[in-house]
Amino acid sequence: MNADLMKLGLIKIVVQTEAFDLGAEVNAMSHGRTDIGAITSFVGLARDMNEGSGVQAMTLEHYPGMTEKALTALVNEAKARWTLLDVTLIHRVGRLLPGDPIVLVAVASSHRGEAFAACEFIMDALKTRAPFWKKEETSEGERWVDARVSDDTAAARWTK
Amino acid sequence: MRVRVVYFARLRECFGMAEENLELIGTTAADLLEQLQARGGVWVEELAAGRPFRVAVNQEIVALDTVLTDNAEVAIFPPVTGG
Repeated sequence: MNADLMKLGLIKIVVQTEAFDLGAEVNAMSHGRTDIGAITSFVGLARDMNEGSGVQAMTLEHYPGMTEKALTALVNEAKARWTLLDVTLIHRVGRLLPGDPIVLVAVASSHRGEAFAACEFIMDALKTRAPFWKKEETSEGERWVDARVSDDTAAARWTK
Repeated sequence: MRVRVVYFARLRECFGMAEENLELIGTTAADLLEQLQARGGVWVEELAAGRPFRVAVNQEIVALDTVLTDNAEVAIFPPVTGG
């Protein structure tokens, strides 16, 4: 098992090889409390197509140690920026097939506005700052995925 | 000073190694890059100015003028592609 669990107050950050269950994670957030008015969530999935060619599988590599630090830092930035009641962030590593879930972000707040914004901020920040790398298996062979300029643009709008 | 250098993803494959220990000539991350580029070949191609790579020292992304400390862990990797 390659799981690294951190419970720092109401933050759950996990890097794992196993799949996750969105419903179970969201239920765990709201279980036993009545102050949460909104939970937003995002699940990123492995696609079967990228840059015009079919993708049969992908392998996610990361930098153990730095990954957890980077994820904790960006979740803490979200907590400093918005009033959040709970955050769960799960990112998988290892070999994944098309349709497999890669990443989950769930954010609980009193109201939807903060939950929506924080969820989007965390994903944008993760895309440019968390040390994960994807390698795709295609019919033409293996290839490392290149970073996208659109991800930098998405992350930069939060600095305004 | 001595530093531990780790490589990830495409750069790990290009360089044919995941990590190494080096005696650094100089003091900054830029000095380390210069020392690695002196090896020629893929080291120059991948680490030349303007090439897309990131440098982290003790697991924090840094600017190249960052001064390294003895036994620092320096990571060199491509722009990230998670999520």
